[in-house]
Amino acid sequence: MKSIEIKDLSLSFGDLKVLEQLNLDIFDGEFLVLLGASGCGKSTLLNCIAGLLDISEGQIFIKGNNVTWKEPKDRDIGMVFQSYALYPQMSVYGNLSFGLKNAGVPKAQIAERVARAAAILQIEPLLKRKPSELSGGQRQRVAIGRALVREVDVFLFDEPLSNLDAKLRAELRVEIKRLHQRLNNTMIYVTHDQIEALTLADRIAIMLGGSVQQLDTPHAIYNHPVNKYVAGFIGSPGMNFMKGALSGGDNPHFTIDGLNVDLSRYAFGEQGVQPTNSAWLGIRPEHVHVGKEADGLAFTHEVEVEVVEPMGADTLVWSQLANQEFRFRVGGQKTVTPGEKLIVGFDPISASVFDGHSELRL
Amino acid sequence: MSIEPIGRRPRRVFNPTRIMIYCVLGVAAIYYLLPLYIMVMTSLKGMPEIRLGNIFSPPVEVTFEPWVKAWDTACTGLYCEGLKVGFWNSVKILIPSVVISIAIASVNGYALSFWRFRGAEVFFTILIFGSFIPYQVMLYPLVIITRELGIFGSITGIIMIHTIFGMPILTLLFRNYFASLPQELFKAARVDGAGFWGIFLKIMVPMSPPIFVVAIILQVTGIWNDFLFGVIFAGTKNFPMTVQLNNIVNSTQGVKEYNVNMAATILTGAVPLAIYFLSGKYFVRGIAAGAVKG
Repeated sequence: MKSIEIKDLSLSFGDLKVLEQLNLDIFDGEFLVLLGASGCGKSTLLNCIAGLLDISEGQIFIKGNNVTWKEPKDRDIGMVFQSYALYPQMSVYGNLSFGLKNAGVPKAQIAERVARAAAILQIEPLLKRKPSELSGGQRQRVAIGRALVREVDVFLFDEPLSNLDAKLRAELRVEIKRLHQRLNNTMIYVTHDQIEALTLADRIAIMLGGSVQQLDTPHAIYNHPVNKYVAGFIGSPGMNFMKGALSGGDNPHFTIDGLNVDLSRYAFGEQGVQPTNSAWLGIRPEHVHVGKEADGLAFTHEVEVEVVEPMGADTLVWSQLANQEFRFRVGGQKTVTPGEKLIVGFDPISASVFDGHSELRL
Repeated sequence: MSIEPIGRRPRRVFNPTRIMIYCVLGVAAIYYLLPLYIMVMTSLKGMPEIRLGNIFSPPVEVTFEPWVKAWDTACTGLYCEGLKVGFWNSVKILIPSVVISIAIASVNGYALSFWRFRGAEVFFTILIFGSFIPYQVMLYPLVIITRELGIFGSITGIIMIHTIFGMPILTLLFRNYFASLPQELFKAARVDGAGFWGIFLKIMVPMSPPIFVVAIILQVTGIWNDFLFGVIFAGTKNFPMTVQLNNIVNSTQGVKEYNVNMAATILTGAVPLAIYFLSGKYFVRGIAAGAVKG
C-alpha cells in the first residue's frame, strides 16, 4: 500500500524553480532516502511533504488523504531536524510532551507515551535535564523521541546526523535502522552522505536540480546507475570515466585512444548498441583487479603507478590508462610504490557505458 | 619536574601604548565629569555663596534646600508644586508606552521573521523608512489626527504617539533578533502543532529575555528624555518631567536660582542615568543591535 504519493509537485520562489513536476510514491513501511548534493531540492521536498513550505503546483497524499493544504500538525508526521531544534527553555520531558499538550492529549496518556519513547531511545535518565546539558548524540535522540511520541505513520528526517562527529554518526545510524526495523513505519530521510543512504535505505532517490534522477534500491543504484551523474555521485572514491568510441554489431567494442575493450559480456539496455564516436566507459576503482587476479579477464593492460593513497583497509592507486586518469583499489596489505608497473584488468559486466551527449546509460 | 619558559612572564603594564590610552581616557573622563562636578557642587550651595562666583570650589556650607525646593515647591509656569508632578506624569506616560510599544513591536518582529507573508519585505522597508523622516514633518498632521480622535492633550494621546514612534526601531530590533534564532525551531514547533501565538509565547518569548531588556532600556531612556512630543501632545496638566524642568530653568521671572536649576536637572536625568548604570552590558548591546543590518 502507498504511504505517501506525490503528484506533479512543483515549487518555485519567484522565477527560481526549485522542484519541477516531481512524482514520487513511497510504500508503507519503506525507508526512502533522498540523496543529492547541496541545493538539489531534497530538503525542500521534505519540507513540502511536512507542510512547512507551500507548494506551487501538484498534490501530496499521505495515507490516501490529500494533505496538500493541511497544516503540518494535521499530516500525521513527525520530523527530526539537523540542528535538533530542541526547545532550549524546556526540559527533555517538556520537549517530548509539547506536541501532545498542544494536541490536547490527557496528562496520564502523555506521561505514558513519553515513558515509552524514552525507553525505546534509552533517554529515561535525561528526562529532567535541559537540552543545553546534553551531548550532541543525546540531543538527537531527544529530537527523534519528539517525533516518536506523536505515534505517527511517517517519520521525516532532515539530515539528522550531519551535526555529529563521525563515530557518533555511525552509532546513531545503526540505531535509526534498528528503530525502523522495530517500528516498521514509513521513513523519509534526507542526506548528502552516500554511506548513510546506502546503509539505511530500502530505496534511494537521487536528486539533481529539483528532479529525481534515479529511484531504486541501493544495489541497483550502485551497480546500474541510469546516468553518468548518478554513477559519479555514488561510490567513493568515484567511478573512473574514460571517453572513447563505441562500435556496434554482435561483437561490440569500446575504443579508448587505440585501446580496445571487448563489451560482448556487457548487458546493454533495451535500445541495443548504437555505434557512436562519443561515449563514456565507467568502471569503479573497486571493480578493477590487479596482477594475477586480472588473469583471464576480458580487458587487461599494464599501467604505471603515479600516486598511492593508503586508507587502511585498502589502498587507492592513481595511474593513467590510455592517457586518461585511472584509479583502482588494491588490498591494504599490498605494498605499491610510485613508478611500479602493474597489470590491471576488469570484467565489462561490472562496467557502465554512457552516451557521450545524453550521458544516459546504454 | 615541569619544563619552564625562560624567566618570569614579562609584564607589560606601562608600555607606551598603555600610557597613551590611559592619558586619552583620563582627559575624556575629566572633560565629561567636570560639568557634572559643577552641577553637584552648585546644587549644594546657597544663593549667596553662588553669587561669589567660584564655581569650582566645593560648598562651604552644604545645604539640601535646593533639592527639596526643586522637587517640591519650584514654580513650573503657573503652578508651584515642584518637579514631582512632572515626575509622576512621566511615569504615567512611560510605563504604558513602554509596555504597549514593546508588546506590539515584538509581535511585529516575530511575524516578519517567521511568518513571511506576501509583501513582508515591502512592509518592513516602509516601516524602517519611517524612521528616517524627521519627526518635525509629522507633527502637524499628528496634531490633527489626535484632535480628530479626541485624544489630543491627554495621557492616551502621548502614549499613542510614543508607541507609534517606537515602532520602526523596535521592530527592527526584534526582527533581527528573531531572525538570528534557528528557523528549524520554528518548524519543529509547527510540526508539534503550536500556532502563531503558541510559538510566540511558549517558544520565542522565553528565548528572548536579552532583547526584551534591550528594548526596555531603549524605550525607557528614549521616552523619559523626550521633550518635543511631551510639550505638544501631553497637554498642560500632563507635562512630563523634561517639560517642567524646562519651565523651571527657563523661567524669566524673578532671580535665577542656579542651585535649584542644577538640582532639578540632576533629578530629571537620574532615571536614564540609573538605567545606564544598572544595565551597562545590555545597553551597549542595544546600541549595537539597532545599528546592524536592516
